[in-house]
Amino acid sequence: MSGSVPQPAEPGAASPVDPVAPIDRTGGYLGPTGAAAVAAASRATPARWWLLLRKATFWVGAIIVLFWVVCAVFGHLFAPYNPLEQQLLVNNQAPSGAHWFGTDPLGRDVLSRVITGARDILIITPLATIIGTVLGTALGLAMGYIGGWFDTVVSRVVEAILALPFVIIAFLFVVAVGPSVGAITIIIGLVFTPLIARTVRTAVLVERHQDYVSASRLLGEGAARVMFREILPNVMPAIVVEFTVRLAYAVFALVTLSFLGFGIRPPTPDWGADIAANYSGLLAGYWWQTLFPALAIASLVVGVALLADSIEQVLSA
Amino acid sequence: MAAFLLRRLGFMILTLFLLSLIIFFAGQILPGDPGRAVLGPFAANSAVQALDHSLGVDRPLVTRYLSWLGGVVHGDFGKSYAYQSAVAPFVRAALINSVKLAALAFIIVVPLGIIGGVIAALYEGRAADRAISVTGVSLSSVPEFVSGIVLIVIFGVTLKVLPVTASAGPGAGVFNQFRHLILPAIPLVLVLFGYIARMARAGTIEALNSDYARTAVLKGLPEATVIRRHVLRNSLLPTITVIATQTGYLIGGLVVVEVLFNYQGLGNLIYKAAQGKDFAMLEAGVLIIGVVYVVATLIADVLLTLLNPRLRIGGTE
Repeated sequence: MSGSVPQPAEPGAASPVDPVAPIDRTGGYLGPTGAAAVAAASRATPARWWLLLRKATFWVGAIIVLFWVVCAVFGHLFAPYNPLEQQLLVNNQAPSGAHWFGTDPLGRDVLSRVITGARDILIITPLATIIGTVLGTALGLAMGYIGGWFDTVVSRVVEAILALPFVIIAFLFVVAVGPSVGAITIIIGLVFTPLIARTVRTAVLVERHQDYVSASRLLGEGAARVMFREILPNVMPAIVVEFTVRLAYAVFALVTLSFLGFGIRPPTPDWGADIAANYSGLLAGYWWQTLFPALAIASLVVGVALLADSIEQVLSA
Repeated sequence: MAAFLLRRLGFMILTLFLLSLIIFFAGQILPGDPGRAVLGPFAANSAVQALDHSLGVDRPLVTRYLSWLGGVVHGDFGKSYAYQSAVAPFVRAALINSVKLAALAFIIVVPLGIIGGVIAALYEGRAADRAISVTGVSLSSVPEFVSGIVLIVIFGVTLKVLPVTASAGPGAGVFNQFRHLILPAIPLVLVLFGYIARMARAGTIEALNSDYARTAVLKGLPEATVIRRHVLRNSLLPTITVIATQTGYLIGGLVVVEVLFNYQGLGNLIYKAAQGKDFAMLEAGVLIIGVVYVVATLIADVLLTLLNPRLRIGGTE
């Protein structure tokens, strides 16, 4: 696919936009939510951010995420048991007063593991998303602004990489370099780079035809300065939206890798790995060992996704 | 039109070529020696070297790539190290299984997603819209194995109404196969629903706000006619592209779902090949996924062009 046909629509990614279409700044129709609309909206006032506080989805998302952040930071202080402590005499216990979420096959407290399992996820995913956003922004700016053969070649490579599901790319790399926390962080960041680059490129294509870009070029500003000092601030809202959307997907990617055995390794408490480890017990009726970590994952990803959705709505409204 | 199609086809071949390069060289950086992986840690070094030589993995990288590529274009994907037999039949069987699962998921999710998105657009900004949009965003961020676990707990373990393994066993009837595929298909449906509904919504809102829709309303056409004849025809175009681009994602989801439900599809094949360092199997599986994705996007592009005269005429940037 080349850029000539309306491009796909990852959530948060660019909706089909005509890069040369004039943007109506009279407050009229801006088209579907996407990089172009967001970029256009960036010329509005910063007061938009206050609109977030009026959104129910923002509050729900923020409270859920805050809850898990507290668990990640202070979880080991208020978890009822040591998440690594094995009490083999009380293994596979159903939820009870002593163990609210029951115990796993090694007699470890499921509630304590769920609480402390938030930590690695909330360290790795924001870092990975920052790596992907920084690299993707630089690449997308260059593709959109320099254009020409550079854009064509890089677009082909990006397209070839995007032809593979990110889970598969990620686990190939993890198998290659080994599953350390640092490696996983960098790999998720690198896998997100082309996705983010594509969105930024679309936003830049819209900006490139604005008068201020021509003006700064005529003033003799270099390419790097035009890209980073002139265009970047104007595509920033698109990048912010992309960052929050990708953050939700980083969680998605990380827990999926852990579930497949390519992520965080036991015995470190981890939701995805715990589900994989206790999955056979689920079919034997020990549902609490997998259901509670699963609900923890679901709540965190939904929380982050709601935050991302409300930020996107506010910035592109 | 012909020139446009040729250009598209050329890009497709270029993308596939890049993809084959990426896959082959990514396969090479996986650690471990195929001969060692087959013979185990206690085999003599000389035996390992002999096997490596007979497998041809001790030849230079470029030679191996060219002979691999030469085989692939003739339908020969090489020999599996683990099974000591040709890869192609395994890949074919797995592909058929995956297509069954993916087809069921698509048949369920495409109408649901489009209906959901169109309803959301018609009630833009009202409760129905928010409900559909927030549900879609939330569902599409929950990893498949998480919703899969919840579904297994509800339908497989508690209610015991549906089988929890995807494979109905050899010689099973169509209905029995279908029954086994329902639970595995639902996680895929849940994730895809959000994407498709979101795109259908954006396309419908754009069409509703267009000049031609306003003209149709102003000339006195009934609302139902405007929506059916003028709005939907235009709004469903971008949705087609999204559905095609989601095949790539869908296959990523298949890895997880097939592992969770122990289904012998392409995802499971790649997963096991990566774990067992079965390079030929891994490369074949990943390449097939890439081909499916690239062909799907090409079909979507062509379909989109055939349906949209504006792109047919001005098909280049």
